[in-house]
Amino acid sequence: MKKVIEVDEIRTVFGTKVVHDGVSLSISEGEIYGLLGPSGCGKTTLMREMVMLQEFQSGSIKVLGKKVNTISHAEAQKLRKEWGVLFQAGALFSSLSIYENIALPLIEYTDLSEKMIEEIVRFKIDLVGLKSSDAYLYPSQISGGMKKKAGLARALAMDPKLLFLDEPTSGLDPISAREFDKLILNLRSMLGLTIVMVSHDLQSIYDTLDKVAIIDNKKIAYEGTLAEVTSVKSEFIENFFGEEQV
Amino acid sequence: MDNLLRIETNNGINSLNFFGELTLYTITQYDKTLTTHSFEQENKKFVFDLNGLSFLDTAGALFLEEKITHYKSLGFMCTIDTDKEQFLQTLALVQKWSNREESFPKPVQPSFLERVGELFVSYYVGFMGFMSFFGQLVFTKMHYLKSLKNIRYKEIAFEINEGSIKALGIISLTSFLIGLVVAYQSAYQLKIYGANIFIVDMLGLSILRELAPLMTAIVIAGRSGSAFTAQIGAMKITQELDAMRTMGFDPYIFLVMPRIIALMLMMPILIFIADIMGLLGGMIIASIDLNITIDLFLDRFREVIAAKHFFIGLVKGPFFAFLIASIAIYRGLQVKDDTQSIGFNTTKSVVESIFAVIVCDAVFSIIFTNLGI
Repeated sequence: MKKVIEVDEIRTVFGTKVVHDGVSLSISEGEIYGLLGPSGCGKTTLMREMVMLQEFQSGSIKVLGKKVNTISHAEAQKLRKEWGVLFQAGALFSSLSIYENIALPLIEYTDLSEKMIEEIVRFKIDLVGLKSSDAYLYPSQISGGMKKKAGLARALAMDPKLLFLDEPTSGLDPISAREFDKLILNLRSMLGLTIVMVSHDLQSIYDTLDKVAIIDNKKIAYEGTLAEVTSVKSEFIENFFGEEQV
Repeated sequence: MDNLLRIETNNGINSLNFFGELTLYTITQYDKTLTTHSFEQENKKFVFDLNGLSFLDTAGALFLEEKITHYKSLGFMCTIDTDKEQFLQTLALVQKWSNREESFPKPVQPSFLERVGELFVSYYVGFMGFMSFFGQLVFTKMHYLKSLKNIRYKEIAFEINEGSIKALGIISLTSFLIGLVVAYQSAYQLKIYGANIFIVDMLGLSILRELAPLMTAIVIAGRSGSAFTAQIGAMKITQELDAMRTMGFDPYIFLVMPRIIALMLMMPILIFIADIMGLLGGMIIASIDLNITIDLFLDRFREVIAAKHFFIGLVKGPFFAFLIASIAIYRGLQVKDDTQSIGFNTTKSVVESIFAVIVCDAVFSIIFTNLGI
């Protein structure tokens, strides 16, 4: 299957602290791919490197066929329109309403009419399970779960092929978290998205992920399906997936 | 505190009978009784009798544990006497997790030389950071000027209103008061020499050339500069800047340039208002205190104050504005992922931009004097 993201021998160093030392993985089209690992292992850092928010010392990352470390400004701008990113706390623009947040990329990047944009925004709001009455609220007026949904709607505004989710279910109550999982699965089957996510939520990991990469001790400890994850010896894997085996 | 801890010695055994609740709040009372009591050396055995104790928390258990180790190291025998399962569990828990050999690793204190070196490196890095910000700014500006379509008119208009129009009130008031005060102070001196009419020359020159531009810049640095830093800093903490970048919205185009352009456009206008208000304040004092009527003041003003002084004041505006806005925004972008650094950077932003404005003013002063204007 076509590779959407290829990470090759990444090395990341913060000051004197080595975060990644030769991390490689590849993500195929249509997969829901999870980055797992203990706190501070550099999952989020790796994801930030994929979306060009963070530089790395050596190695290469290819996203949708483009090498992000040597990409030109114009190509980078093009790439940025092809993915959506959901940040941990939503990262909605606080000076804009939910509607304006979702409409912003459409207004900036397309020449669609106002009516068409409204139509699209309404559809995205419905898609993620927000009420249309929430559209004109500001980010400070809505709950954490709604912020995540609104953030997801914004990430989906441009119909991306690739979606990055940073701990999508953290800070949600269990019911909303399961709803969010269902939403992600639905989106994948409806829109054919490739989804990369960082997660700590075991239930969500079992419910949604097709493939995982476990980063432990600066390297990939395991890459593959969840079914075989316990075949690998690693303290993190034993602690994290251990109880399921008993 | 004898009712909490009773110490009895018979048959060579020191029995410590604990009563009450041994918790965080009462430990010191037990400790006082225990340390003030003098034990005889020949009594080699301690019995900690906890049967009278009604409650023991982990801090209390740690205290007992520590005492036992202490007495053991002095060569005493120690036993604990209790039949409460709960106490034994707490004691076992404490024994399991307390690790006396290893204390917390102390962070290594850098030596004096290291600290000096670090300080200089941090200044150097800070300076290079500002230079790279500046480079990015110029680069973006070039990019920006390639097409008028790139200019964010809406954002600029918004920033003009937020950063400048809303500052009109406070700028008018400050410069009015400055005009008033300067006139009032000099009126007293001028009266002595009977040189009343020269108040016009003095006020005209000082307000138009120096006071109005400086006061405006200082008020704007304190008011709008700090707001820029705090806004952008907060956006950084909430990852809004990251979100913008991943969506392909360059923060330099969306946030930085509109603020800088808005302030550079508006500063001369603000200075103009400050000129008017400052001179108005001076005129009022001149007519009350020195009997120089408004008409006389204006006649003399037209006669002695050349228009160049007014323009010199205005010309400084965009330069001051650029310094204030770019330092404020740079400081905003420097904010780290904690709330404390918003406060730190906002303070820095105001202090540095006022300092930069004054340095810039001094440079202008030298240039204009040497050019003979």
